[in-house]
Parts: sequence; C-alpha cells; structure tokens
Amino acid sequence: MRDLKEIQLSMQPPMVQGDHNYGTVSDKIGDVTLKRRTPFHWFIGFGIAFMIAQALLFTVTVLLARGIGIWGNNQPVGWAFDIINFVWWIGIGHAGTLISAILLLLNQKWRTSINRFAEAMTLFAVACAAMFPLLHTGRPWLAAYWLFPYPNTMGVWPQFRSPLIWDVFAVSTYATISLLFWYVGLIPDLATLRDRAKDKKFKFLYGIFSWGWRGSARHWHRYEIAYLLLAGLSTPLVLSVHSIVSLDFSVSQVPGWHATIFPPYFVAGAIFAGFAMVLILTIPLRVWYNMKDFITDTHLIYMGKVMLATGLIVVYGYAMEAFFGWYSASQYEVFMIKNRIWEGPYWYMYWLLILCNGISIQFLWFKRFRESAFWLFIISIVVSIGMWLERFVIIVTSLNRDFLPSSWAMYSPTVFDLSMFIGTIGFFFTLIYLFVRFLPIISIFEVRTLLPEANVHGHQQDFDESVLEVEYTYDRTDPPNK
Amino acid sequence: MSDKLYGLMAEFDSATELVDAANAVREAGYTKTDAFSPFPLHDIDEALGVKRSILPVLVFFGGITGLMLGIALQVFVHYIDYPLNVGGRPYLSWPSFVPPSFELTILVAGFTAVFGMLFLNGLPRPYHPVFNVSRFALASREKFFLIVEAADPQYSYDETRGFLESLGPQEVFDVPE
Repeated sequence: MRDLKEIQLSMQPPMVQGDHNYGTVSDKIGDVTLKRRTPFHWFIGFGIAFMIAQALLFTVTVLLARGIGIWGNNQPVGWAFDIINFVWWIGIGHAGTLISAILLLLNQKWRTSINRFAEAMTLFAVACAAMFPLLHTGRPWLAAYWLFPYPNTMGVWPQFRSPLIWDVFAVSTYATISLLFWYVGLIPDLATLRDRAKDKKFKFLYGIFSWGWRGSARHWHRYEIAYLLLAGLSTPLVLSVHSIVSLDFSVSQVPGWHATIFPPYFVAGAIFAGFAMVLILTIPLRVWYNMKDFITDTHLIYMGKVMLATGLIVVYGYAMEAFFGWYSASQYEVFMIKNRIWEGPYWYMYWLLILCNGISIQFLWFKRFRESAFWLFIISIVVSIGMWLERFVIIVTSLNRDFLPSSWAMYSPTVFDLSMFIGTIGFFFTLIYLFVRFLPIISIFEVRTLLPEANVHGHQQDFDESVLEVEYTYDRTDPPNK
Repeated sequence: MSDKLYGLMAEFDSATELVDAANAVREAGYTKTDAFSPFPLHDIDEALGVKRSILPVLVFFGGITGLMLGIALQVFVHYIDYPLNVGGRPYLSWPSFVPPSFELTILVAGFTAVFGMLFLNGLPRPYHPVFNVSRFALASREKFFLIVEAADPQYSYDETRGFLESLGPQEVFDVPE
C-alpha cells in the first residue's frame, strides 16, 4: 500500500508554485486577514451582496406576516421555488465535503489549498438551503413538533417512516458535522493568527477561538486522528444527504419522481453543481487576493475535469429517466416524459437544461477551454443555472400535470419567489465576504506540509497520510512515555 | 519571574533537526518531553515515543451510542408510545428507521471525534508555561521547539541544558513556570 501511495503522490504535479517557505506561506495567507487596510473591492462586493440580502429580509418579513400565499405555489404545484432552491443550495454544499473528506481519503494533494473555503461554502449553502423548507411551513415556530422529536403537550411525535423526517435528520447532521470539520481545520490556523496579530482585540478573539492551541506533538497526533475520522464519517454522510433528499421525491408515486435512479443521480448532480460554485468563487478570489501560488492552474484544471465527469453522469441520468419512462409501459410515465420534453407547456425549460448541463460541459473535453480560467468561469455559471433548471424540470413539470387532467394547473413564480431566491444568493455572498475578511481562506498549516522542506529525511509529511498506518519501529522497551 | 522552571526549551530551524534531536533526547532517557511544530510531523511520534491515541476507540463507541439512540428513539415512538397504523404497515417497520439511525450514528461519532480530541489534548487551555518564551510565538509559523520538563526524573538544570545545547539548536531557553 505504501509503495502504491508513494507512486501516486510522486505523479502529482507540485501544488505550490513560486519560492515559498513556512514563513512566507503564513504571511501571504494570514495577511489577507490581518492587514489593517481592507481592499476597496471588498467593500464594493460586500456592499452589493449585503444589499441583495435585504431582499431576503424583506421577503421573510412579508412571508411571516401574510403567509405563503405570497408565493406562486398552488395545487397541484405545492412544491415549487422553495424546494427547487432547497435542493439547489444543498447540492452546492456537497462539493465542499467532497473536497475536504473524500479527496483527503484518496490522497489528493490538490484539495489542500481549496478545502478551507470550499467547506465555508458548504456551511453557507446549507444555511441558505435550510431556510426554504423551514419557511415553507409558513410558521416555523409551530412546525417544530413534527420536525424534531421532543415531548410536546399534544403527545404526538414526528413520523419517522417519512423521508421528510429523514431529511430533517440528514440536513441537520450534515450542517453540524460540516461546521465541526471546518472549525477543527481552523484551530491551528487561528493559533497562527493569534501569534501574529498586532491588534489586541483580534489577538484576544483569535486566542479564544484557537482554544490555546500550541502545536504539541501529542496534540497533533490526536488532531490528525480526529480529522481523519471526521473525513471517514463525512464521506458516507455526504452521500446519504443527497440520497435522502432524492428520496423525498422518489418515495412518492408521482410520475417523474418515482424513479430508482434518483439517489446516485442526485449525488452526482450535487457534486457537479458544487464544483461549479467552487470554481465561481475560486477564480476571482485567487486573482483578487493574489493566491495563484497556492491555487494554481492545475487546481482549476482538476476541478474542470471533475465537473466534466460528474456532468456526464448527470446527463446519463437524464437519458435513463427518459428510457425508464418509455420502458415502464405505464401510460402515466410515458405521458410524463412526452410532457416534459416536447408536448408540455414547460418544454423549453427541458431544452435549456440540456443546453446548460449537457452541451456546455462538452467544451471541457478540450484543453483550450479547460486551461482557460475565463471559460471555466463561464461554463461554471452556465452549469449553476442548468442545475437550477434541472430541479425546476423535476419538480414543476412532474407536478403540474399528474394523473388527473382535472387537477392540472400552470405554475408561475411571483415576485416574492424571485426576491427570496435572489435574496439568499445575496446572503450567501455576504457570508463569503465576511469569511474572506476575518478567517484564513486557505489552510495555512496544510500548505506548509506541501513544501519540500517539510520532509524529514526525505519522507513526506503529507497531512493526508493515514496516521493510523504509521508504523511504530521504536523499541517498546524504551522508557514508557506518559 | 519566579525561580522555578517548567523546563528547558530548544529551538530548531527544520523538521529534520527537530526529529533528530527528539530521537537523541529519547535515547538519553528523558521521558517528560514534548515537541512543537507548525504542522503535523509523523516522524516525531516515533521519535518522542508518543503512544497511539485511544481516540478511535472512543469514536467507535460514540457511533454505537448514536446508533442505539436512533433505534431506541424510533422504536419508542412508533411501537411503544404511540403506535399509529399507516396503511397497514407494521409498527416495527425497521427499514424506514435506518436513515435517521444512520444520521445519528454519524452525528454522535463526529461529536466524539472533535470533543474527544479536545478533551484528551487538555484543550481549551489558553495559558500554558511554554507561552512564556517570547520566541515560542514562531512555533505556529516556521520554527520547531523541543522541551524537556523539569518534572522529568532525569532532569538537572546544568546537565540537561548542556545536553540540549549539544544537539545543535538555535538557542536554548529557560521556560518559567
């Protein structure tokens, strides 16, 4: 195993460019946070994002005052923008966990300089996602008793046989574990900032949040074990979360939802959408903060490749959905596919979706597009739109014409649907801007391990090396150590 | 500054020097030692004789606890406290209890991993004698430190100081209690 790993590692191109040592790495990443002068473009970006976030505040206020009738939801389209946006946001979050956990277990060194803000992106995306189903209940403070099991005065419990309750458990666990993972990764870097901060206030705050971390060998030993175990726990977790989200649909009987392919297809779609969002954030960030030494072109190319691979799985999912519809020989399923693709009122949404998710990614086969940050950025935006359209197609075109023609109805969003969605985008970027300002956007201590000088006697100190595998060659009869 | 010392601390420039020094210190018979580095060094575990942590065992039992909690909760709710007949399905419909039980397994195991790690590390501890050495601020940046505590049975100020100096450090510091 070790040999295979050495070969695997030696084949990966260097992930840090430029002439760097421990000190310059710490300064370069830490100074973004510690430098007193905040760049002007930060104020512009934060200001715009914060203004857009006010749309969310306004919508939620009106919503709580007047009820969900302000949205375009109707019968039969009871799940509309709120669930589309919920699935869209939670899917975006998945790339963060994939990068931080699955790529860690797979010894992919390129995760090191993008995991920190990909995890932050996960947290903020999950926060945006959670708002939608909660507010869809209309009065969230009255919904608690059927969402969470607690002994209430009515003596009733949540229905654990329902995927909607599974969803509550999956999403809340996912949010909690993502927060823990992110915070554990931050502790040593917060200690670095504590030791470097000149300002008393910040020194105190970073000191509190780094919990007195001092980099002791014994601490690092347990730290790495904890980090690795968290990665091992997050991997099945992230796969379960979007699988359970997809079960919200596929456990029901509605044609277009009732499909066994949903769990893997949703997970692939989530990673696809998530990598698109990581690219949307990375490409400007590495230019604005001059981080090209750590987030190299290789990183972007790899992310482009992951996007292509997961995108192709998603396209396969579209093909299979159509095939299942035809092969089922059920008149409702056949009708649903026809309705979705060419006969129904929303046929153009389907073709826009194919254009965004199916056609646009084909450019990633070519080096010219993969190696150009500009084109990756454009394709990522197109893919993000495409993934939103996918959820629209699944939810609205399946519901608006189900079994009985007498219950068919058209759906169109109101201005509040749009303002809530756009508002969460503003909220998301507000949080991203605050994160970039106050916390190290790249994991400083993990980048240190990538430097050649971190090798001890030529032995690489990869952070992702399994500490559980370290062989203990010293003589056990040595003085026992406490 | 009091006379009592917590220990003696040597500063090194590179990871290799630190690991070599840690090996030498262990071979000389010192046991109450510790090393500080700006990133995790695997070779140091071996050099200092750090025992393998019990944390994975705790996390395993944390996961089992979460699993039991999930099963117990759902069996209590749907079988004991409030059996509800939904479409003639069995009260003990265990396949639908799997996802929440799984999520709780992960949740409790994750909490155990993080808080177990912090607990075993004795954190949070904002103050520690090593912070008394002003150069120690560089331990989170680029320098490597090795400490021999005064509590070590073999410790004697002059001898230990001389020994640490023989290992080729940048400097040896007294660490006040």
